[in-house]
Amino acid sequence: MNILLFGIAKDIVGESVLTIEGELQPPKTVGELKNYIVQLHPKFGELSSLAIAVNSNYANDSMKVNDGDEIAIIPPVSGG
Amino acid sequence: MKIDIQIVSKIDTTIAYEKLSHPESGGVCVFIGSVRNVTQNEKVEALDFEAYEKMAIKEMETIANDALKKWKLNKVIMHHVVGKKQIEDPVVMVGASSAHRDACFEACRYLIDTLKERVPIWKKEFFENKTVWVSSHP
Repeated sequence: MNILLFGIAKDIVGESVLTIEGELQPPKTVGELKNYIVQLHPKFGELSSLAIAVNSNYANDSMKVNDGDEIAIIPPVSGG
Repeated sequence: MKIDIQIVSKIDTTIAYEKLSHPESGGVCVFIGSVRNVTQNEKVEALDFEAYEKMAIKEMETIANDALKKWKLNKVIMHHVVGKKQIEDPVVMVGASSAHRDACFEACRYLIDTLKERVPIWKKEFFENKTVWVSSHP
């Protein structure tokens, strides 16, 4: 599973894509994915907010994530 | 087309009227956001904007379509930059046109406020000795 990173998320991970592979129990929902990301990189827990986009739409925690989905971490936005 | 959404490397503010004018519109309202030289008493040297472009376009389309449902508008534009921008550069331009001014004033405010809340675009502030991703921390 590849996760697109933008803004501060890219700085925290040090890459523009985060790859999850070889996990016995890979995250199955957006909520599980958030927990996984915060455990892997605790600095995500310090942000004002942490959202996930699935197929370029904001996703709630109960939404399932599948291998073919385009997934992105959306740190606090600051356009305009 | 009623809606014009763009992510660009440079905003052309001179096209606002041409994009928004319409035979049935008696009013055009535009908001342009620009790079300010100071944040909380610290001197800002530049801003750098990054977007998740596919999603940013989709979110701006949703916002523009919601505005069309809320007000009777003839035209809506939402343009945002990506890349490094200097002091006084325009970075966002949103606008609406309508038969009477109330609708376009209210819609314009909605467009920029909702863009700032939802659209996946990030700005990094460059100060003399540091850089900061805006709003990232409480």
